[in-house]
Amino acid sequence: MRAAMASSSDLDLVAVTKRFGPHLAVNDVSFSVTRGDFFSILGPSGCGKTTLMRMIAGFEDPTSGDIRIRGKSMVGVPANRRPVNMVFQSLALFPMMSVGENVAYGLNCRGVARAEAEQRATRMLERVGLKGFAERRVTALSGGQRQRVAIARCLVLEPTLVLLDEPLGALDLKLREHMKIELKQLQSTFNTTFAYITHDQSEALVMSDRIAVMNQGRFEQVGSPRELYHNPATPFVASFVGETNRWSGEGGGAGGTDIRLAAGATVHSTGIVPAKSVLCFVRPEAVALSANAESLASLPNRFEGRVSAVLFDGANSSLLIDTQGFDQPIRAVLPQAGPLAGIEVGASIHLGWTADAMKVFPA
Amino acid sequence: MKPARNLTLFLLLAPAVIWLGLLIILPHVEILVLSLSERVGPRVYKFGFGNYLEFFTEPLYWRTFARTAIMSILVTVITLVLAFPIALYIARVAQGRLKAMLLLLCLLPFWVSELVRTLGWMMLLRETGLISYLLQMTGLVGQPVEMLYNDGAVILGLVYGGLLFMIVPLANALESLEPSVVEAGYDLGGSRWTVLRRIVIPHATPGIVAGSIIVFMLTVGNFATPVLLGGKNGLWFTEQIYAQFITRFNWPQGAAFGMLLLVLSSAIVWAGLRLSGQSLGTTLRQA
Repeated sequence: MRAAMASSSDLDLVAVTKRFGPHLAVNDVSFSVTRGDFFSILGPSGCGKTTLMRMIAGFEDPTSGDIRIRGKSMVGVPANRRPVNMVFQSLALFPMMSVGENVAYGLNCRGVARAEAEQRATRMLERVGLKGFAERRVTALSGGQRQRVAIARCLVLEPTLVLLDEPLGALDLKLREHMKIELKQLQSTFNTTFAYITHDQSEALVMSDRIAVMNQGRFEQVGSPRELYHNPATPFVASFVGETNRWSGEGGGAGGTDIRLAAGATVHSTGIVPAKSVLCFVRPEAVALSANAESLASLPNRFEGRVSAVLFDGANSSLLIDTQGFDQPIRAVLPQAGPLAGIEVGASIHLGWTADAMKVFPA
Repeated sequence: MKPARNLTLFLLLAPAVIWLGLLIILPHVEILVLSLSERVGPRVYKFGFGNYLEFFTEPLYWRTFARTAIMSILVTVITLVLAFPIALYIARVAQGRLKAMLLLLCLLPFWVSELVRTLGWMMLLRETGLISYLLQMTGLVGQPVEMLYNDGAVILGLVYGGLLFMIVPLANALESLEPSVVEAGYDLGGSRWTVLRRIVIPHATPGIVAGSIIVFMLTVGNFATPVLLGGKNGLWFTEQIYAQFITRFNWPQGAAFGMLLLVLSSAIVWAGLRLSGQSLGTTLRQA
């Protein structure tokens, strides 16, 4: 047992692999979650994140590798003996029980006396803002309230780790935005380690201390939301986390930093680009816009285009700009407080970006 | 438009109304009327409750009914205990073709008439039957064993006949239980027993009640199985009704017994519903 490791991390996965017949669902995944962290696993559906979570919860056994919780191997330990509790995607509240009974269920299972279990359940409901709800049927609750019951039901057991399997998926947008903040607050008040899986990058970015981006059974990158956003390690991370413009091209070679895009334009990056096919990524907010060419004169990548669409979305508004030499319109954030706020489709516009705003990966 | 729509509704409802009226309500009204006529002399009848009184004053009759009711409850309980794991397997473990196959296997015996099925059990259980023969072959017993004509044989036959009617509503109820709810039950520290007791069984209660009502009613009203497998020791209440109608030719008495069977077994079902805290409405929705 590695004592040093056990003291700092709540969860360690070591080379975990899961096969379903010929299909490799989880492929050699290793990571550690620090105590008190909000850790997210972000990936498209079918990437193996649910399988990974089910292995941690104890509903599936890894084909190989080890899962350790506070340094103790969990392989072969059944789900009901693990210090891990899960908030299910469907929440899976017990419809045959009242709200209070739902929360007290885990305590009853542990043999806590009835009166004490009831008391602790009531206290927990108060802490999640459901005071006086103990007698209600779970079917009589709103989406957000059900969410809180599902979390209270886990937290009352004071688990080492809470697993959350896309619990916000079923909520409507407004409530989801609200619950994001609430979940994060709950996590920091209880100071419990959360492992959260989602396919929604905004959920992961807003709530997490660290994020693992998962694709086809593997971890592409593990890092803080900022790291993932600003320094993606792979083309998959660059395109999956946040909005981005993506072009394929070919390096000019000869130790230069030029890239010739497939549609004809030439762009400049910071590093030396070999004469091979590459993928270039530029975030929409890194694209500077101007009505005249002079104000963009300092930028190494400068183009002129025509607005093909205005995507108005309040603070997230953006423009699609048809530009000579690019196979698809360039997306650029349109500041609603700036001089271009009133721009119309068809207007001519100058755009540009710095060399280091562009991430280049070998294709 | 409106008269036309009314006519359509009437025509659509007609078969059901005719069926209910001619086959269920009318005969029962007839039986009720018949049961209330006392025989005072040859071919002379008068209105009275004498036939009903006979049931309560003659111990043989009410004891036979009590025996029938208690054995039917026992049969229902045994059927439930046997059917639950089968239904659980069909609903939650078996997938696709296997599930369909298993349900078909449960249904298959019902393609044969009840009489033939019961005769099949007689062939197995009688003194010169297969089981007796096998027991002698293996040397477990020295002489032929008679396994027919006792309560055990009757219960066996009735459970066999009721199993399907318990499995189907149970499997239906269990199927609608979300897998993640069961997983949550384990995840929060529940043992198999806790999950079964606090999650699976409460969820299946409407199915349990529906199945139990069907099996109980079928068992109480069964005739062939207790007569054939129980013989003279059968003493099933339906035999008393048969005897009044056919052997003694005392139709009013038989009719009274028929009404009593209906009312008393309904009362038992009602008591069962009250005890399990279920309403007939939710149960019917499940069945």
